[in-house]
Amino acid sequence: MNDAAINDLITRLADDALIIAHRNSEWTGLGPMLEEDIAFSSIAQDKLGHAQALYNILHTNFGQPDPDTVAFTRNEAQFRCCHLVELPIGDYAFSLIRHFLHDAAEWVRYEALEQSTVVPLAQLARKIKGEIKYHLFHAKTWVVQLGAQGNEESHARMQSALNEAFPLALGMFEPSEFDGELAAAGIYPGEGQVQQRWLELIAPVLEQATLQLPSVEEIDRSVHYGGRKGYHTTHLQPMLNEMAEVYRIDPAAEW
Amino acid sequence: MPTIDEIWEALKSVKDPEIPTISLVDLGVITAVSLDDAGIPHVRMTPTFVGCPAMDYMQQQVRERLAQLGFPQSDVQMTFQDEWNTNKITEEGLRALGQHGLAPPPRYEGVLELEVLNNTPCPYCGSHNTTLHSPFGPTLCRSLHYCNNCRQAFEGFKPV
Repeated sequence: MNDAAINDLITRLADDALIIAHRNSEWTGLGPMLEEDIAFSSIAQDKLGHAQALYNILHTNFGQPDPDTVAFTRNEAQFRCCHLVELPIGDYAFSLIRHFLHDAAEWVRYEALEQSTVVPLAQLARKIKGEIKYHLFHAKTWVVQLGAQGNEESHARMQSALNEAFPLALGMFEPSEFDGELAAAGIYPGEGQVQQRWLELIAPVLEQATLQLPSVEEIDRSVHYGGRKGYHTTHLQPMLNEMAEVYRIDPAAEW
Repeated sequence: MPTIDEIWEALKSVKDPEIPTISLVDLGVITAVSLDDAGIPHVRMTPTFVGCPAMDYMQQQVRERLAQLGFPQSDVQMTFQDEWNTNKITEEGLRALGQHGLAPPPRYEGVLELEVLNNTPCPYCGSHNTTLHSPFGPTLCRSLHYCNNCRQAFEGFKPV
């Protein structure tokens, strides 16, 4: 019952976590200061754990292959991540704004999933939320600091990054053919409701950061749809090749 | 055959691989111990952080301790059913974290507000005049702080 819908939902969550984890890990050794290097690396490690635990639910309860096989052997058309997480790290302002917009959405999603009728998912959501709280705390602190408490340059760079990332962020909420079924079964409230709660969560923080939230109505949000159906940006497949390099040489390698 | 109480007691000698002053029991990651009719112990553990890389090692250590105790066969599994938070750390565990130079996490009720990190008491001099440098540290469970009183950098065990 609802297996296809649950598979699709958990794969979307896990793929987003896996890909943003890999992108965040690209800051290891390159952070603008040591603490930020450590922060992005730690957040990457947390999210990699989240992806693994989600794939593990699919493996244990829904007959999917083990997490390593799922993570390392699929090609881009089999991934269900959104475009926002695929993009290269860009400059620090872009990575920070992406981290904020993405993790705020994760917070809203896992808050809803705590009540999910899929019990292992609800249990994991309670656990993951405690970690996302730290991610969001970190993101908010820096967005407000660089937006409102920095200088003209930091404000301008944050606003420019927000203008670039915001349309992509709307792509996170690409409607799913399973939205109605998931909501009816009490599994997940659906992307429309999650997007609304997300906007309510980010708006006051951006206001505090004196950053202008682009108008949702004026953006053609479908531009960045497609990820949930396997249509991706040109950045994903090269990243997957790099991520799976060791696994493809030797699937049994201990590393 | 050892009783359930004796198993709990024996597991107190299994320490956290990264913080050797605290036992897994005092850390609160062992959530249940039972013995079935065949005399096989079932131990349920729950990770501190979902991505904690030490969890496989901890499970292995628990299996080995049970084997030493006379249980060559055991069932040790990770579960999120009774998920971990820092309120599960025992009083003894909080003292053990302090001995390792880590500021122990504050107890909290209801929803945890991370603003508590801003004035984490210094584990060296006890001062609350401290600054949070980063909520992320050398391992997933630690944060970075600075004591303005004794002018010493220190790490905290993050409240979750």
